[in-house]
Amino acid sequence: MIPFVILAVLAIFGAVMVVTRKSPVASAVYLVMVMVILAGLFVLLGAYFLAAFQIIVYAGAIMVLFLFVIMLLNLRKDEFGRDPRVLQKYLGFSFAVLIMIQSVIIVGWAVKDRSGEGQSVAIESLEKTSDAERNEYLSVESVAETLFTRFAYPFEITSVLLLAAILGAVVIARRRSVTNDEEDV
Amino acid sequence: MPSLEYYIVLSTILFCIGVWGVLRSRNAIVVFMAIELMLNAVNLSLVAFASHMKGILANIIQNIPADKIPDLIQTSTASGQVYAILVMTVAAAEAAVGLAIIISIYRMKDSVNVDDINIMKW
Repeated sequence: MIPFVILAVLAIFGAVMVVTRKSPVASAVYLVMVMVILAGLFVLLGAYFLAAFQIIVYAGAIMVLFLFVIMLLNLRKDEFGRDPRVLQKYLGFSFAVLIMIQSVIIVGWAVKDRSGEGQSVAIESLEKTSDAERNEYLSVESVAETLFTRFAYPFEITSVLLLAAILGAVVIARRRSVTNDEEDV
Repeated sequence: MPSLEYYIVLSTILFCIGVWGVLRSRNAIVVFMAIELMLNAVNLSLVAFASHMKGILANIIQNIPADKIPDLIQTSTASGQVYAILVMTVAAAEAAVGLAIIISIYRMKDSVNVDDINIMKW
């Protein structure tokens, strides 16, 4: 319980920092922190493979891409950190709090509704699941077997999606003036 | 081990901080980071459900032959993680295309402020 509380508090702190920092570079570094903490939570849940995947793909690949783009754009100082408008600031915050209250109520209701006996789903699951059993089902072998048998078709489709994303990124980010020159000639 | 509710509530809080970020920031890159935060929060809830799958199934499903139950638990536990892997892949693709769009807009408008980007407005 104590590791979970530490990680949860750090994750919420990091997430708030991502949103409130003026400089996008600081936001990106805090986002890396949140992702590493989430990898720690995955380890607590027994999903070791996903924890490694999270650090390699998110903290490694995606955040490097973000930082590259921030460096590439070379934003001016006023572009860097203009304050949000007052209305935007307070309305945005109150909407987010409203959504949070609503979702916590819905989640609480949903978990309570399933129990029937007045005992929550999660408490019973705690009693019935031994750690060794759970870790066996969460193991890399088990995930790999499911990914390459039951989910083989979605897995293959994912490669098409990635190919489309690569082509799309190259086409969209291509310098517009190059095509204009070609038309002029 | 903390029970399922704690993870779901943490995931909800992180998701709502992401929503706050999308509503609050005017820098398109920070908006993107907030979206990544929301995707991560959803991943956390998927993995939490996967990790607690045995107990959840024990509560929901009554009339299943005893010999089929381990297989069912194994499939559904691994499925949660597979979904999380697919979400990460889609997030990577989305980040690549989205950042390409931001670069393209910056070339055209010389700004990444979302207030300046109104070319799709009628």
